[in-house]
Amino acid sequence: MMRANNVLGLVFSNNFDNYLNELTSMRSMGSVPYGGRYRLIDFNLSVMVNSGMGKVGIITKSNYQSLMDHVGNGRAWDLSRKNGGLYILPPFNSANTGLYSGRIEAVAGVMNFLQHSDEEYVLMCDCNALYNFDLTKMFAYHEEKGADITIAYVNGETPEISELAILGVEENGKVNSVSRRLKDGVENYSINIVLMRKSLLERLINEATSLGFRSFTDDILKRNVEKLKIFGYEVTGFVKLLDSMQSYFEANMALLDKETRNALCRSNPVYTKVKDDVPAIYGLGSDVSNSLIADGCVIEGKVENSILFRGVHIGKDAVVKNCVLMQNSYIGDDVSLNCVVADKNVVIKPNKVLSGDEKFPVYIGKGIVI
Amino acid sequence: MSRKHECIAMLLAGGQGSRLGILTKNIAKPAVPYGGKYRIIDFPLSNCVNSGIYTVGVLTQYQPLELNDYIGNGQAWDLDRADGGVHILSPYQQIQGTEWYKGTANAIYQNINFIDRYNPEYVLILSGDHIYKMDYSKMLSYHKEKNADCTIAMLEVPWEEASRFGLMIVNDDGSISEFEEKPKNPRSNKASMGVYVFSWKKLRQYLLDDEANPSSSNDFGHDLIPAMHEAGERMFAYEFDGYWKDVGTIDSLWEANLDLLNPQVDLDLTDSSWKIYAKNPVTCPHYVADTAKVQNSMIAEGCEIEGEVDFSVLFANVNVEEGAIVKDSIIMPGSVIKSGAKVQYAIVAENVTVESGACVGKRPEDMENIEDWGVAVVGANVNVGSGACVEPKAMIGEDVKGAE
Repeated sequence: MMRANNVLGLVFSNNFDNYLNELTSMRSMGSVPYGGRYRLIDFNLSVMVNSGMGKVGIITKSNYQSLMDHVGNGRAWDLSRKNGGLYILPPFNSANTGLYSGRIEAVAGVMNFLQHSDEEYVLMCDCNALYNFDLTKMFAYHEEKGADITIAYVNGETPEISELAILGVEENGKVNSVSRRLKDGVENYSINIVLMRKSLLERLINEATSLGFRSFTDDILKRNVEKLKIFGYEVTGFVKLLDSMQSYFEANMALLDKETRNALCRSNPVYTKVKDDVPAIYGLGSDVSNSLIADGCVIEGKVENSILFRGVHIGKDAVVKNCVLMQNSYIGDDVSLNCVVADKNVVIKPNKVLSGDEKFPVYIGKGIVI
Repeated sequence: MSRKHECIAMLLAGGQGSRLGILTKNIAKPAVPYGGKYRIIDFPLSNCVNSGIYTVGVLTQYQPLELNDYIGNGQAWDLDRADGGVHILSPYQQIQGTEWYKGTANAIYQNINFIDRYNPEYVLILSGDHIYKMDYSKMLSYHKEKNADCTIAMLEVPWEEASRFGLMIVNDDGSISEFEEKPKNPRSNKASMGVYVFSWKKLRQYLLDDEANPSSSNDFGHDLIPAMHEAGERMFAYEFDGYWKDVGTIDSLWEANLDLLNPQVDLDLTDSSWKIYAKNPVTCPHYVADTAKVQNSMIAEGCEIEGEVDFSVLFANVNVEEGAIVKDSIIMPGSVIKSGAKVQYAIVAENVTVESGACVGKRPEDMENIEDWGVAVVGANVNVGSGACVEPKAMIGEDVKGAE
């Protein structure tokens, strides 16, 4: 039996940053706020910890200040430990190497960390995916299949991410082809949760580095599809890969559905940084429907189909519809908002009117005062 | 031996809070939930940390399981420290036998060794019974400035309520000239808040003397403080003028919760410069459905609201189903109010299920005889059956069968 505490976690906090340009201009993908109280990395870390994993390295590249602030010493995930726990692995530039590009270089850059870890297996994942499933089942599957590499995948409409690996999966789960996403349509697409022996990862990365390879998908998975036993592990519950502002908006709105909320946030606990806010306070004139509201909010106006993060203030007679308002947004009296994504600490002064479209929500950057 | 600490706090948390009835059947009073996510003890603990006091002994005795579990290593209050931090102090076996804490002074007496380890100049004595935000460092400065042996925090209470409190008659310079314990005809409205600063050397001696006195009931208010006063020690009153509430009764607990919804009341928990820390539940933000109507209420994370909530405080993970009504009530974590149920003027403890069509409590204006009216209380894990009714003032600890 593969013990979960024998699996080392490697989280890539910056991969796919460019798909959420606006949100990641000041932060990494891992620290993008989501769902009223979370950051995207909370899902990876919680799923790992809930499965029993005890050591996780977070590979960062750029804009990782907010990420470090968020994860701290890992205590919120029970990852502040004497043995193992949380490690932040910032880029390690030497005189003759630049900032890494691609997954192979990123892993090559943390080879020391891998070598000094006692775990036998490594599980890699990115931060652009929302999911909450039991990893121990994937571990058991890997063992049962005698796989060299197991890749979690979803069968469904492919997100618009060109780097996405499309898998050909045989009936018994064996992966017989790996290709890039070329077109829309229903496929088996990898969600980039990859499990293998640490020794195998080290060997593959060393080989790829010496040959100057860059792409994990093309140069490692695709080239080895015949040589190695690569298996696909199908994830059937709620999974969403974020590929655009629109999908980010939709993913937030998806939490207004009870089933999705339960699947993503309640089935297994999702840990996040504790803020010690007061419970939300509803004033006399408040009128809230179909909305998700975090602690610390003060609501005196009307809120409909919206996600309110911690500490959002909605003024008197303000009307907020179809909005995602991040931490400490301040919406003044008589403001009207529709289809707006407001980043942290945005202030909308009284009587303003802003409206976007469900397909194209208006985004207001961090700290902007309107 | 530890590094010398200027001031450490001793928090008396062994009280049963018997007037809270069913709510303190299995938990000590300081562990009683308050304000949507807190427990009473969060207030003195947070006050300590915010005041810069990082060594706190918590004296427990009555039903300590939940309280011990809640405090844990003190991490929620940043009291998990290498030097100091929070320590749970329970009665223990000694060579001459085992003794419970006989009184508040005896509880401190039995932990003289603990205090001596930190070799403090001053000891702050607190209780886990009150809701208030107070900067103890200011009181400590006052104590030093007055060169006092004992400083007692006091606040002015309405004259008509004064006879319920321990009162002090205070001279112009702040020194205390007389004590009155719950007098019928009060001569002062300056009430003791049960917050004391002592100079440790003095307190230590009086604790030893008090213990040696067989006729003493070993209580601060009854024995030790009067003894100090009689001996002419320097005793001062420190005036506090913020919100302070003893939540020792059902009515006062109910009121103190709803005070949070009253903008006129001077208790602001949103102030980030004086945060009240608590152990935070791991759950998602709360959801308010389109069938819901929520007004003038405080709602914690993890709740799912489909019904009507008005002038109420809902703790984490409470479900109010479609068509259910919750008004003027406190609903503690994990409880479910099913469709068509009506909860009014009530305190519903943890993990209660109020089945559909059941009712808990009544509005005072709906009573035939107002004398019979009072807040209804449903104890933890109780099931109120479909169509059943819990009368006002009732206190329910067992399942209530549904109406046929």
